[in-house]
Amino acid sequence: MGTVPSALKHCLSYQHLLKEQLWIGEPAAPPPALHPEQEFQISGLPDYVKIVEVGPRDGLQNEKVSVPTDIKIELINRLSKAGLSVIEATSFVSSKWVPQMADHTEVMRRIERHPGVQYPVLTPNLQGFHSAIAAGATEVSVFGAASESFNKMNINCSIGESIEKFEEVTKSARNMNIPVRGYVSCALGCPYEGNIIPAKVAEVSKQLYNMGCYEISLGDTIGVGTPGSMKKMLEAVMKEIPVSALAVHCHDTYGQALANILTAIQMGVGVVDSAVAGLGGCPYAKGATGNVATEDVLYMLNGLGINTGVNLYKVMEAGNFICTALNKKTNSKVAQASFNV
Amino acid sequence: MVAAKRALPWLAASLRPVSSTAAGSLPKQVKIVEVGPRDGLQNEKNIVPTQVKISLINMLSETGLSVIEATSFVSPKWVPQMADHTEVLQGIQKFPGVSYPVLTPNLKGFQAAVAAGAKEVSIFGAASELFTKKNINCSIEESLQRFSEVMHAAGAASVPVRGYVSCVLGCPYEGKIAPAKVAEVSKKMYSMGCYEISLGDTIGVGTPGSMKEMLSAVMKEVPVGALAVHCHDTYGQALANTLVALQMGVSVVDSSVAGLGGCPYAQGASGNVATEDLVYMLHGLGIHTGVDQQKLMEAGVFICKALNRRTSSKVVQASCRL
Repeated sequence: MGTVPSALKHCLSYQHLLKEQLWIGEPAAPPPALHPEQEFQISGLPDYVKIVEVGPRDGLQNEKVSVPTDIKIELINRLSKAGLSVIEATSFVSSKWVPQMADHTEVMRRIERHPGVQYPVLTPNLQGFHSAIAAGATEVSVFGAASESFNKMNINCSIGESIEKFEEVTKSARNMNIPVRGYVSCALGCPYEGNIIPAKVAEVSKQLYNMGCYEISLGDTIGVGTPGSMKKMLEAVMKEIPVSALAVHCHDTYGQALANILTAIQMGVGVVDSAVAGLGGCPYAKGATGNVATEDVLYMLNGLGINTGVNLYKVMEAGNFICTALNKKTNSKVAQASFNV
Repeated sequence: MVAAKRALPWLAASLRPVSSTAAGSLPKQVKIVEVGPRDGLQNEKNIVPTQVKISLINMLSETGLSVIEATSFVSPKWVPQMADHTEVLQGIQKFPGVSYPVLTPNLKGFQAAVAAGAKEVSIFGAASELFTKKNINCSIEESLQRFSEVMHAAGAASVPVRGYVSCVLGCPYEGKIAPAKVAEVSKKMYSMGCYEISLGDTIGVGTPGSMKEMLSAVMKEVPVGALAVHCHDTYGQALANTLVALQMGVSVVDSSVAGLGGCPYAQGASGNVATEDLVYMLHGLGIHTGVDQQKLMEAGVFICKALNRRTSSKVVQASCRL
């Protein structure tokens, strides 16, 4: 086969590729109709998938380097211009536990609030909720888990006790017409307990949904899930919660995220969490990756002809910005392949 | 951290089938074609000594893999990394039940391969005229004529031939590739006598959407039992693309230990999908591969040390912090 330098020289240039929108840019035309005999799981995909961008919170919280407030604000502002409709902005947790999010009030107050874009914030308890509202939050999130051990190690209480705390939040939120999103961590496995049974995930999800969370994001916190375990878990959860209220939050620690996300959307899930540049490592496997990269998810969805409303170029530019600021290499393969050509 | 040490049990857990039958319409077993020693090493910056190649192949032979692409009988002028092809093929342990195919771009290469003991060969076509021109300086039609010489000789010697089709989901020179073109080239190679056609997303630009479209076209011409997919992970899409192929009935997948082999068309980007990550997904789906993940990871760790590079396998990164 040809040598590397000659191959590169004659390749289509990056600009040409983008201009032709060959791989990046507008979503592809919907695939042609299948032969009726071919009953593929791939049929029945949603026309539209909502991306929930968690980079500024989940991503930056799990980065080694602490990020200056101005940089966080700039990142969020850039993401706001990319067509994303939900950008998780920060976390109203005690700065004793999560120093990276200590500037939550300043971030919330200073970001540009684009019309049509939601900026949910984490609120682990009533105190955090009130601070968030005071700072101008108009949507909040609560974080449950399908594992008792994980809950104990993370927030020092049982699942049951955490549910009680969240109920205080959802009650206040309801009174103020503030939507609440519920997260369920360890949906496909726990760093302490190992395997998690789907029924447990369904049970916790149902509790969060019944207390008023409008959407439940099912998180593969340590990225150990595969399409097999994703399918089993979703089957159990979908018995309790309508699929339209479900989201998946896949970590790419074992390289399975996109395959798992594909499985979820084949089952009707229409909301996917991801982080620009794949920000956020895994606190449970040093040096390993965490969140799936928004760019890579978008690339896949575009190729499937699924509308997201998001401009991949602009997300890539935001990713480039934050990686430069963090002095780190992007975890997005799309960005790696594109910026190096 | 205590939790980090528990990563390894995930590998054991992923070996336990999710259910007694494979999920949905997925195959119950998948044959993995390990291309690390050839496709992988050929596209690595650093050249490894012959003995290291032999050790790698021997380690891979112990993992349960049934096909390990050993080397390439191409002129060392073009591919210096494979200059030791004869020595490698003659130096490796040939495990019973394991096939060691080698690349043979033309009759001369085929004859050299057979003389060196090759029992199976591969030929590389492409679905793109420009790619064929740049790579081997002829048209697709001319390349097929060259291959037919190899096919005749292979037929006479009872040597099975595997056919590869490159650029099935996109070409670095032509851009989009029509599924019908892929089907046409695949059909020709299959009709010539290739027992299997490996469809390669050479620059990793494919997505589950384009994979499905391409396979739908090819499956009209070639039975799915004779098809394999060879996905590159340059854009992170490889496992999702492979999953779609499995859902459509494909049961042979090419991959490279440690994800060896970068992409010559996107400097610094990754290439082949990592066998460890593929096996992790397949076992998690309850699909039988016959591969021992632990031994596979050890082979990957070995070759990465020899190449002085970090593994591209996320499973290994998560498990061993390498």
